[in-house]
Amino acid sequence: MKPGRWLPLAIFGALAILLATGVWLSRRPDRDALPSPLIGKPAPQFSLPVLHEPGRLVTLADLKGAPFVLNVWGSWCPSCREEHAVVTRFAETKRVRVIGYNWKDDHADALRWLEQFGNPYWLVLVDIDSRYALDWGIYGAPETFLVDGRGIIRWKHVGALTDNIVHDELLPALASAERAR
Amino acid sequence: MMRCRKSWLLGLMLVLIAAAAGAQVVTDPAPLRFNSSGEEQRFLHVVTELRCVMCQNQTLADSNAQIARDLRREVLVLMRQGKTDDEIRDYLVARYGEFVLYKPRVEAKTWLLWFGPALLLLAGGFVVARVIRQHAGTTALPVDDAQEW
Repeated sequence: MKPGRWLPLAIFGALAILLATGVWLSRRPDRDALPSPLIGKPAPQFSLPVLHEPGRLVTLADLKGAPFVLNVWGSWCPSCREEHAVVTRFAETKRVRVIGYNWKDDHADALRWLEQFGNPYWLVLVDIDSRYALDWGIYGAPETFLVDGRGIIRWKHVGALTDNIVHDELLPALASAERAR
Repeated sequence: MMRCRKSWLLGLMLVLIAAAAGAQVVTDPAPLRFNSSGEEQRFLHVVTELRCVMCQNQTLADSNAQIARDLRREVLVLMRQGKTDDEIRDYLVARYGEFVLYKPRVEAKTWLLWFGPALLLLAGGFVVARVIRQHAGTTALPVDDAQEW
């Protein structure tokens, strides 16, 4: 009974454990989401027009003073429609300003989309040609950022929001952002 | 005469459909224009070492995703602003993270990634050498005078 005869089986077992570890580590549905390097860094400066008030420009400085949630959406984005109910419920709690970031969209389409599904946003910024979206590290809609009162990005979520994510991640991040005023 | 009218109607329908499709807002889908072949070479060199952030198995050069087109345009703009290749890479890493580099940097974090395969090859080589040396000389070569080489 040579002990060496068990070596191939042991090697196979080790490889199987390695495979199982890899599968376990990739279990989350948002495994493809890029972690943002901007967490903890100041939000990028911008100056963007407002959807419902043509001619009015809003900058980051205008929004400082209190935390806000920035929700990137477009009328062309099907997942944005999925998360719309969640965003609306959250915005209606009036816990924090929910600002829409209308990305690469058509003006008329965006207005129609909000009319059809409801407008949960305190304000809707319009970035038609992605001028500032690259600075935010936006690469797909929907994405949601939490920015604190001093303009520091505290949290980002890539993909559709769910009530669980709002409860488990956004609200705690918001609480700590409000504490560190 | 009936056939003429049908094809006219079909043509009109196609034109209307094409016009409706063109009414979407999309950043200029025209291909990028380069000022010189040198610029194009440098652009391709930079862009084949960046990752498409949406289709993450493709390089930025290969991907047809809208965000890839936007980022390629941005790389060309940065090149024309006089930024070096490293500055362009840093610009994108600052916004999207290290994962945007298709070719990872060689730093302490990535030593295992870069040198791991060579190390495994060396380790395997040692095992093979040891096994061969154990068996060397234990079995005599069979002698078969009837065979001719």
